[in-house]
Amino acid sequence: MKIYLKIWRQKDANSKGGMVDYTMDGVESDMSFLEMLDVLNEELVAKGEEPVEFDHDCREGICGTCSLMINGRPHGPDSRITVCQLHMRSFNDGDTIVIEPWRAKAFPVIKDLIVDRTAFDRIQQAGGYISVNTSGLPVDANAIPIEKDAADASFNAATCIGCGACVAACKNASAMLFTSAKVSQFALLPQGQVEAADRVMNMVRQMDLEGFGNCTNTGACEVECPKGISLENIARMNREYLSATIKG
Amino acid sequence: MSGLIKSSLARKYVMALSGLFLVIFLVLHVTINLASVISPDFFNEASHFMGYNPLVQFLMQPILIAGVIVHFVMGFVLEIQNKRARGISYVKFQGSANAPWVSRNMIYSGLVVLAFLGLHFYDFWIHEMAYKYVEVNPEDPTRYYAETVEKFAPIWRTVLYVISFVLLSLHLWHGFASSFQSMGVNNKYTPGIKKFAQAFAVVVPLAFAFIAIYHHLNPITH
Amino acid sequence: MAVLESKVPSGPLADKWTKHKNEIDLVNPANKRNIDIIVVGTGLAGGSAAATLAELGYNVKTFCYQDSPRRAHSIAAQGGVNAAKNYQGDGDSVYRLFYDTVKGGDYRSREANVYRLAEVSTNIIDQCVAQGVPFAREYGGLLDNRSFGGVLVSRTFYAKGQTGQQLLLGAYAAMNRQIHRGKIKSYTRHEMLDVVLVDGKARGIIARNLVTGEIERHAGHAVVLATGGYGNLFFLSTYAMGANVMAAWKAHKKGAHFANPCFTQIHPTCIPVSGDHQSKLTLMSESLRNDGRIWVPAKKEDAEAIRAGQLKPTEIKEEDRDYYLERRYPAFGNLVPRDVASRAAKERCDAGYGVNKTGEAVYLDFDAAIMRYGREKALTSGMKNPDDATVRKLGEEVVEAKYGNLFQMYEKIVDQNPYKTPMMIYPAVHYTMGGLWVDYNLMTTIPGCYAAGEANFSDHGANRLGASALMQGLADGYFVLPYTIGDYLSDDIRTGPISPDSPEFDEAEQNVRDRIHKLMSANGIHSVDYYHKKLGKIMWNKCGMARNAKDLKEAIKEISELRKDFWENVKVTGKAEAKNQELEKAGRVADFLELGELFAMDALHRNESCGGHFREEYQTPEGEALRDDKNFKYVASWEYKGDPSKSELHKEDLVYENIEVKTRSYK
Repeated sequence: MKIYLKIWRQKDANSKGGMVDYTMDGVESDMSFLEMLDVLNEELVAKGEEPVEFDHDCREGICGTCSLMINGRPHGPDSRITVCQLHMRSFNDGDTIVIEPWRAKAFPVIKDLIVDRTAFDRIQQAGGYISVNTSGLPVDANAIPIEKDAADASFNAATCIGCGACVAACKNASAMLFTSAKVSQFALLPQGQVEAADRVMNMVRQMDLEGFGNCTNTGACEVECPKGISLENIARMNREYLSATIKG
Repeated sequence: MSGLIKSSLARKYVMALSGLFLVIFLVLHVTINLASVISPDFFNEASHFMGYNPLVQFLMQPILIAGVIVHFVMGFVLEIQNKRARGISYVKFQGSANAPWVSRNMIYSGLVVLAFLGLHFYDFWIHEMAYKYVEVNPEDPTRYYAETVEKFAPIWRTVLYVISFVLLSLHLWHGFASSFQSMGVNNKYTPGIKKFAQAFAVVVPLAFAFIAIYHHLNPITH
Repeated sequence: MAVLESKVPSGPLADKWTKHKNEIDLVNPANKRNIDIIVVGTGLAGGSAAATLAELGYNVKTFCYQDSPRRAHSIAAQGGVNAAKNYQGDGDSVYRLFYDTVKGGDYRSREANVYRLAEVSTNIIDQCVAQGVPFAREYGGLLDNRSFGGVLVSRTFYAKGQTGQQLLLGAYAAMNRQIHRGKIKSYTRHEMLDVVLVDGKARGIIARNLVTGEIERHAGHAVVLATGGYGNLFFLSTYAMGANVMAAWKAHKKGAHFANPCFTQIHPTCIPVSGDHQSKLTLMSESLRNDGRIWVPAKKEDAEAIRAGQLKPTEIKEEDRDYYLERRYPAFGNLVPRDVASRAAKERCDAGYGVNKTGEAVYLDFDAAIMRYGREKALTSGMKNPDDATVRKLGEEVVEAKYGNLFQMYEKIVDQNPYKTPMMIYPAVHYTMGGLWVDYNLMTTIPGCYAAGEANFSDHGANRLGASALMQGLADGYFVLPYTIGDYLSDDIRTGPISPDSPEFDEAEQNVRDRIHKLMSANGIHSVDYYHKKLGKIMWNKCGMARNAKDLKEAIKEISELRKDFWENVKVTGKAEAKNQELEKAGRVADFLELGELFAMDALHRNESCGGHFREEYQTPEGEALRDDKNFKYVASWEYKGDPSKSELHKEDLVYENIEVKTRSYK
């Protein structure tokens, strides 16, 4: 396959970036999208040019590191996968592919296609945990039975990989899906109830401080989420926040 | 309270609640308007009541106006904040791949509805205020029907109204159901709520449009 | 030999850990505030250690090369975590878990460490549940278990196929709590480039800020390395792309022994390599072998026709298929342990029966399972004489319910429907049992330098059992290291802050800068990946699933030559003072090029077959591993002497007082 690429190149956070065109010959349909970029980079290195930097690590769809906007969609055209699971067979000979970094004020570009997502870490640090000591608890794991449905719903919320596709897809660059997934995971478990009110208040406050946009319920995040995190989580967070506000 | 407005979630609640309030107002409005097609006398009575009842005039009307203002000011604020949150825009962005047009363009449907409200205020409310408080005319419980029908005589106004109702429909199509999600309602009833809200979004603007066209086609012949 | 003092406490096995905890020195809470600990790596071991140490009161700095601690590769573990809870009442106990682990490791692990691991395993589950880890539950609301890897009890706790992710997010949450309290300072996108020794003690690290390229000094009273395994030595593996041996290797060069480097786990069920462009291999869960039958064509011409694309696997008649695991191991069949299954696949492919275009793949076939489940389902739903199509449809539904997500993942990658045609699988490098030598306290041979999780060598011997890696990482981090480190730090309460301005730091930083300069200025002709792929080929072909003296000797020579070539001809683009992924890779590959040689030396010296280490010269007439307990029942611990080839071997004899040493057989 012959593929035409338009890739965002930016030297560092302070430089101005722009789109650069590349042409790739001999792309095989069995290649993963990132392997196609590996080949491009090998060619660039051979020419003495700087390769395109992009974030990636596990390459099996679980670490949440890879983060490319491909033809205007986070993680590319296929659903329920990350970029590293996307294969070139999803494209055709002669296609032009536009590759950009996640765009959000809260995710500044570090270099080329790499963005800084530490805003997500700070949201978690504001309250995304249960305050129990890690050293030698006396409570047996089976002391508190948890309804299977609640445990499963909690798990589903907890499968968020923190990749940021929700922010990238949202026309408002809102981080509600990410934040609500964590709020929900704990809100659904008895262990998480104790701090539920503080948690949602603190996490939302941090989310706002980071400069993410507001949620307007377009649902784009849910569609593009590689793990299928549901909008129900945002509704749950809205409820939790409302009740926390009312209770003061 | 100001702290509440600083929170993105609080802004969501404000949009949702003001929106829901305006939805309720629409029900009242369309009901009275439909009377103009069925029974001009009842329409006159109802309009007169609304125009001269002090509770309506000095409590509900200001609340309504405040509701409209809050809804559109907050809408603007959100739009500006949301644009800023993106920073640099994408060279290529396929919004249509993951969200319906209506949900992504609430600001435009809202702006058209707002512009319409300007015309609508000019047509009826300003006229009313002038009639009652500037010119200080005496009460006339029979004038409303004729005044209304007359407004729809020019084709341009009727067309503008109908276009606005289409945009109102689009605005409601997303906004009505969405306000439930904003208030934290997302459960087994949600598909039903969504269907109801979408039916509402079609039926109510359609009724408004029908009334406008009806009066345009049925002028009062003296 | 004084350097290899394992410090295993005396007394009965079951009391050792309790006794040890009672006897070691502690640091009082007020003094902990004056002690700084550096933790490198934020996976299960590093993340949990950092959180616990901070909670105890120490000042902790964490470092990870990822953009967030949450992305460490522990996240990719699928199956589960073992714990001797005996919730199923099926006779599990701490001893049984201990026994299974030692036996599974082919009697090459340290008895006391493994017992402690089994002992604290139950705390892990309590801890994680309290933290809000959403483990799978039964309808009664209690925790569910599955069985794993051929053991006789059901002791594996799991969260669907994402157990590693959920456990890591738990440790990350515990870290976040301490970050919020200011007790942990987290440095992300930072890579440790050297450990700094002051008066022979580990007192800090030199790290590179991967965003700006700045070289930073960080001082502390102790350094904990929880940097994972070194499977990326093979280029293709199930490891994350960035996983590397740099931290462990730098510690090794500064005096930490490297133990059993050749003990590598090769997982039998991975998606095969599809071409030269391949960067990474994907694991398909071991659970698939419960229902899948593994086979290759019995006739070579059929295999050739398949490779040429002229024949489909479904067209091969039953009698022309070779279900080689069932043939060779009738008792365990398709459920033999990982090392055995991997070697058997390699043997068939080497003999010319491999099935995909590269000739390195075997079939994992669900057809029989689909039909069996379908018939069962038809029977239970009251159908009499259903036709084949109906049975197949019902069977596919059952299989989908059990393995749907794995089948979908396979289809995404390979673009074939595994319900209709057999899956292709091939073994891939997946875990390294070897690592830094540590004593019972998890301290390396450098005082004050600790190693936890996959980075150390201690618990899995020559082969790791499924669902035990997560257990070990969390046991080390939550329950072992935070206490044992106190014994060492109790001497440091009057030391005061460690200065990063000492001559030792100057020298370490200068060395790091010189090395980076050397990499940047080689200005050669080949990319870093070129060398990494070459190294991977040597490792896979000569130090892989089956090894022999001739190959290993060649490998040692070839790796050493490749290393020389690398330093002369590598081309690293970009600048050192900026984000530079080529430079990051170059530094990692340079270390692999040294470790590779030691790996081959270790494999060459170990004249026996055990666990993941199979020497062709040492096998039974039936082709099974032949262990030599008389001569090799020891930990091979290598000391660096200026060059990998000059490394000096030390031996820690393994003593089994509580377990009978037997031959593993799966016939």
